[in-house]
Amino acid sequence: MITETLLTWIARIISGASVRWVESHPDTCQRVYFANHTSHLDVVLVWSALPTEVRRLTRPVAAKDYWDRGFLRRHLAQVFNAMLIDRKKIKVHQSPIDLMLSEIGNTHSLIIFPEGGRNLDQGVGDFKSGLYYLSKKRPELELIPVYINNMNRILPRGEFLPVPLLSSLTFGPPIWLEAGEPKLEFLARAREAVVSLKDC
Amino acid sequence: MIKDWALLGIVLALLALATIAGRWLQKQTSLGLDDRSVDSFNSRVNAWWFFSIVLGIAFFQPTLTVLLFGLLSFWALREFITLTPTSLGDHRALFWVFFFFTPMQFFLVARDYYEFYSILIPVYAFLFIAARVAISGDSHRFLERVAKVQFGLLVCVYCLSFAPALLFLKCKNMDGDYANARLLFFFVTMVLVAELLQFIFGRLFGKHLIAEAIDSTRTWEGLLGGAGATAILGLSLYWATPFPYWWQAAAMSALIAVMASAGAMTLAAIKRDRGEVSSGTLIEGHAGVLNRIDAVCFAAPVFYHVTKYFFGVHG
Repeated sequence: MITETLLTWIARIISGASVRWVESHPDTCQRVYFANHTSHLDVVLVWSALPTEVRRLTRPVAAKDYWDRGFLRRHLAQVFNAMLIDRKKIKVHQSPIDLMLSEIGNTHSLIIFPEGGRNLDQGVGDFKSGLYYLSKKRPELELIPVYINNMNRILPRGEFLPVPLLSSLTFGPPIWLEAGEPKLEFLARAREAVVSLKDC
Repeated sequence: MIKDWALLGIVLALLALATIAGRWLQKQTSLGLDDRSVDSFNSRVNAWWFFSIVLGIAFFQPTLTVLLFGLLSFWALREFITLTPTSLGDHRALFWVFFFFTPMQFFLVARDYYEFYSILIPVYAFLFIAARVAISGDSHRFLERVAKVQFGLLVCVYCLSFAPALLFLKCKNMDGDYANARLLFFFVTMVLVAELLQFIFGRLFGKHLIAEAIDSTRTWEGLLGGAGATAILGLSLYWATPFPYWWQAAAMSALIAVMASAGAMTLAAIKRDRGEVSSGTLIEGHAGVLNRIDAVCFAAPVFYHVTKYFFGVHG
């Protein structure tokens, strides 16, 4: 509880994030928030931008190889209820998608970063297919695009000390997987939904 | 003691008047004023309220005032660097700028080490930034990148720190325990009054724009009329200042008004260059901290040093 409040405030102060909801509203219904990924702080940032009651029901998906190292990171991952997924060893019989779906059940929401890793450039990279398989299995989940602006300057890749600039988080209107929509088209559309939030 | 209360009373009266005028303007739709300029007027008045409350504290707690100005500085620098594109190679330099030089500057101001804080940024920080960016090994647009960080630090931190530094300035004609607090109060009031008066004169008599490409509302009439009116107001407050003659208070007020205008023009140029779009989503509302303190930043070091040179205790 205390760490949670503390963490939320630290994330807010360091990132100076202004949070905007464009044509969508915070809701406790089951959702998948998908965002562009530019820094290690992204996970905490999106999570802490949600209102408390929504945040309690939301689980960020994070890389096991980063968050499972050391006491502090493991403790933090526990505080924000992260779902640690092994990026290195993806097994056929236990795909990360099935794991995520069984973990969230019928109450929790997810935060995912479909670019797979942090993106070095300013732009948004191509999405990996996880988002597609996720919504193919659970097509009723609302997919909320999130655009994170300026975080790559606050904590760039390879740096461990943040510079307290201002950033912004934009939550957009939900999208869904259309019946029979091809994988690549859907992923391009989802990526476009994130990119288009940059200018509104 | 009477002077302290009188100054406070007059500033509060002016503030109340400006607030009422702002509310009244908001309701007058028939005058044909556009909403943006009325909003801009009101946000200036709100900033003035904020400063007055902060300065109310200055009468009792100089250190706390320095701290508050330090936080303001930190926030303004944050907005400035956010607006200015920097590259990965500048990251470490920026870290030092935010977490060492900014707190250090205000710490030295609070301890009144003038010999050190007057050169900390222009000498040590400027050379350090250039060297640190060079060490990072990225030579692309090197001078431009260094200059951006240096300018931000100079305006947002160095210049602004001379406002609370007024609390420790020793002048010849200081009377009463709170003479320094009165000096700071006088300075900030004059900056904010100058902004309001220039705005009003510009609206009423403005014909010749100074530079349309930079700011489409600032006119020569506004600048000169505003500076003149500020001088008259400063003159009427000269009993609260350490300036021995009334014309000196008037001249100092006019100087403040001109510098305030120069600061606002400079920041307008930076914003115009970066485009309104980029500040839109990152800095909430159209009135960031930087917008409200640009005038104070330019006026503070000039006012401080002119006062120190002509009226200060030397040796």
